[in-house]
Amino acid sequence: MRRYGVRTVGLGYLAIVLAGPLSMIFWKTFEHGFSPFWHALTDAESIHAFENTLLITAIAVPLNTVFGIACALAIVRKHFPGKGFVNAFVDLPLALSPVVVGLSLYLLYGRGGWFYGVFAGHGIQILFSLPAMVIASVFVSLPFVAREVVPTLREIGDEQEQAAHTLGASGWQTFWRITLPAIRWAVIYGVVLTTARCLGEYGAVSIVAGFKTTATLQVQDDYENFNLAGAYAISLLLAAIAVLVLVAMMLAKPKEETA
Amino acid sequence: MSISVRNVTKRFGDYVALDDVSLDVETGSLTALLGPSGGGKSTLLRVIAGLEQPDAGEVSISDEDVTSHTPQQRGVGFVFQHYAAFKHMTVWDNVAFGLKIRKRPRTEIRERVGKLLELVQLDGFAKRYPAQLSGGQRQRMGLARALAVDPKVLLLDEPFGALDARVRKELRAWLRRLHDETHTTTVIVTHDQEEAMEVADQVVLMNGGRIEQVGGPRELYEHPTNAFVMSFVGPVNRVGDAFIRPHDVELALEPNGSTQEAMVERVVHLGFEVRAELVRDDGERLTAQLSRDEARELELEAGQIVYVRPTRQTVFS
Repeated sequence: MRRYGVRTVGLGYLAIVLAGPLSMIFWKTFEHGFSPFWHALTDAESIHAFENTLLITAIAVPLNTVFGIACALAIVRKHFPGKGFVNAFVDLPLALSPVVVGLSLYLLYGRGGWFYGVFAGHGIQILFSLPAMVIASVFVSLPFVAREVVPTLREIGDEQEQAAHTLGASGWQTFWRITLPAIRWAVIYGVVLTTARCLGEYGAVSIVAGFKTTATLQVQDDYENFNLAGAYAISLLLAAIAVLVLVAMMLAKPKEETA
Repeated sequence: MSISVRNVTKRFGDYVALDDVSLDVETGSLTALLGPSGGGKSTLLRVIAGLEQPDAGEVSISDEDVTSHTPQQRGVGFVFQHYAAFKHMTVWDNVAFGLKIRKRPRTEIRERVGKLLELVQLDGFAKRYPAQLSGGQRQRMGLARALAVDPKVLLLDEPFGALDARVRKELRAWLRRLHDETHTTTVIVTHDQEEAMEVADQVVLMNGGRIEQVGGPRELYEHPTNAFVMSFVGPVNRVGDAFIRPHDVELALEPNGSTQEAMVERVVHLGFEVRAELVRDDGERLTAQLSRDEARELELEAGQIVYVRPTRQTVFS
């Protein structure tokens, strides 16, 4: 009996917390067959919402990948004053409520904010437009790549990089040929988490979005307007993307590294 | 190519790793940097390679001042204690790395890597990954990788330190043979005096960031300049101010004018060599080293009374 105790608790918890809600959405979406689902998804508003979400993700993920790797390299390999502070600061978005992030962007770029004049003077609208939504997504998904890469960089150490230098490789060559291949799984994992966060972000984006919409905002909108089919369909698609990405990662990852 | 180190000092915070060190390494020689951990030997090697910047002093390789050059520009081969294998590359790609960086023609790379793998006896392992090799094989790969770019000097940082004793002995002998074939100027760091004595033409004994003595293995053993060198390069008995090697302690069953009485406390049989631990009647402890035949002739056993006399002893002023 004891032998199965831990498993029962662990798997039971997963079933209640994760599998239950997911299957509920699945069931509700297809309760009346496939066609309401398809209609809800191909609806102009839904398509527009997904376009926005994908566009925001397509900008935020590469940005956070490049800067996440750069931050991780700086934290692990370089010495500079306040390094410990920076290391902790990268984690801030994990701890901070997205609503607070949204509000701070609102204050920063809104009328009277520090950056208002800079952009308004050039006729560029940040708030209630895509730029602010991208900035909000970048902010909340900032830590993931750096968080994954930092421990891997520590673990591999810098001897391989030193060896590459003595063999005549420049810093840039060493990064592409030695460092990046060594941390690739951490980067991929970080990218997946960043993508998932960007696709699913609601709180920060909702404050700065104005009349713009995204997939998650559309779910809320549909739900409030009693368009339950639409809310379920978009939710399911978001959940399906998340599951697909996880499965693809599991399949792609080499055996010895999953162990 | 020769290496010249002039008045190099290196500090890590308050800790002085190298204290005004100067050293010359001749072209084609094999030099060992020997000493206890923290003696500065690895730091000196890394300064030569450019992996550490000295706070003061100069480093020249083949009469060119390279102090301000990066490791990339120095043309040295470096072998790391923990291999520093490129884990995501096959053995072949590891060895070919330096040549690919130098954009050598493909046929040349193929030929050179093949030849090197043969030299380090890894010809059958080209397609394997480092994780599929034993420690000794990984280190031979590390050597081939360093030699591939035809380095001016080959620098090895405790290359056999992570290997077990038997493999270490094999590789040591093999390194010496390799050096006799290639004649690449080589500097090896080791804390093992036997290893240093066995492979090197010149031994540099370092301690506390300074060089204690430089010389051939025999010179260091027979003419140590101070007590530290004397006790580091071999076992030694200290009796008052005198240092006596265990093989310079003569045992006899009968006293004569110059002997002193001692009791055998323990006899250790190490194959050819027999070690006798003695306590003299004045309370001084010393160890004597005898051949198996000598021990048998004396019928040495614990509790026995013998008469001892040093045949040679050294006193440092």
